[in-house]
Amino acid sequence: MTPVISVSGLTRRYPDHVALRDVSIEIAGGTITGLLGRNGAGKTTLLRILAGQEFPSSGSVRVFGSPPAENENVLRRLVLVREDQAYPDFKAGHALRAASFFYPRWDAGLACSLIEDFGLRAGNSIKSLSRGQRSALGITIGLAARAEVTLFDEPYTGLDAVARQIFYDRLLADYSDFPRTVLLSTHLIDEAAALFENVVVIDRGRVALDATADGLRGMATTVSGPVLAVDSFTEGRPVWERRGLGSQASVVVLGQVSGEDRERARSLGLDLTPLSLQQLVVRAAGRPPGAGSLIERTSA
Amino acid sequence: MREMAGLDEGTPLFVQVAERLAADIADGGLAEGERVPSTNELAAFYRINPATAAKGINVLTDDGLLEKRRGIGMFVTDGARATLLARRRAEFTERYVRPLRTEATRLGMGTDELIALVRDTSDEPRGVRL
Repeated sequence: MTPVISVSGLTRRYPDHVALRDVSIEIAGGTITGLLGRNGAGKTTLLRILAGQEFPSSGSVRVFGSPPAENENVLRRLVLVREDQAYPDFKAGHALRAASFFYPRWDAGLACSLIEDFGLRAGNSIKSLSRGQRSALGITIGLAARAEVTLFDEPYTGLDAVARQIFYDRLLADYSDFPRTVLLSTHLIDEAAALFENVVVIDRGRVALDATADGLRGMATTVSGPVLAVDSFTEGRPVWERRGLGSQASVVVLGQVSGEDRERARSLGLDLTPLSLQQLVVRAAGRPPGAGSLIERTSA
Repeated sequence: MREMAGLDEGTPLFVQVAERLAADIADGGLAEGERVPSTNELAAFYRINPATAAKGINVLTDDGLLEKRRGIGMFVTDGARATLLARRRAEFTERYVRPLRTEATRLGMGTDELIALVRDTSDEPRGVRL
């Protein structure tokens, strides 16, 4: 499949720091990708560059095969919903109207049902909205635009758990009916993990991990119990992390665990706990460059 | 953790979807010849990516447990339930009996004691007979 988004050797320098270093990723059309990483890792810069709101210092960025910056043909097919999006001083309904003129695939019915779900009122001025309501407005625009490339950058500041669940459910439902290419950057990995087909982890401006989400689940397991038994079980396996307390040890090993392994662990009195996607990402994002390579590009 | 109708984050989700569907077929909840939920229905129910749900269905299709009827959807094949039950019986020793023995040995229980226990608990009607 030809990628809808193709980034190669992208570097973005600011006078005081480097936000992105030699980033190369390809995003296939009709997929939902989680863009993950710590604060300041470079996620927002990457999304802004994809949306043509910022320029690369070097490297190539293609969306639908063309550079997005100042490219009307690309920008009408793309929407970026930002954390704390700023709006001019007008009513929520006006923001929706403006979006309906700009995005060719805008669905007014979807917008109406979303603002109802989120309890927004079109007649309210945006200045009077709470942070959560402003986020809900941004999400409504992002979904109702039905843009072929839909970028969400931490779109839910101030939204409570109920409203976030509405966002996830509506995103999945509308994506099922109208497949498009979605990138969602988020800190709430556990909450959003099941939405993702792929995950890209950015760490200090570099790609730390680029893999399918399901390929990562079960890729690492915590083995815990008495030190000697843990050592015996983990011998010959790639070890990712080791912690100990007195006679007890807890070791993260990479690789699938077979039924035979399970049986052996049981007879050794060991506990095996697979790492969740969130736990994997946390480890991948905090490692020295290259150390996560064992599970990079795990395909399923 | 977000609710995913009982799926966990430590195992590939498509594997869990396939296992759930297979269990449903083995238990008779999904009868042979019956239509299974669509990819989008599964995605909405489990709150997972539709591609992940589709992959789960593909596992069972490749396994001959589901078949595609053009334009209508996916259906449970004839003989799917018998296949699954035979497989479960074959796995019974490894999945249940051996772990039972391991734990019994650890607790210092001999074979006779274990057999007696099994006999005792068999008198109490438990579980669903399939």
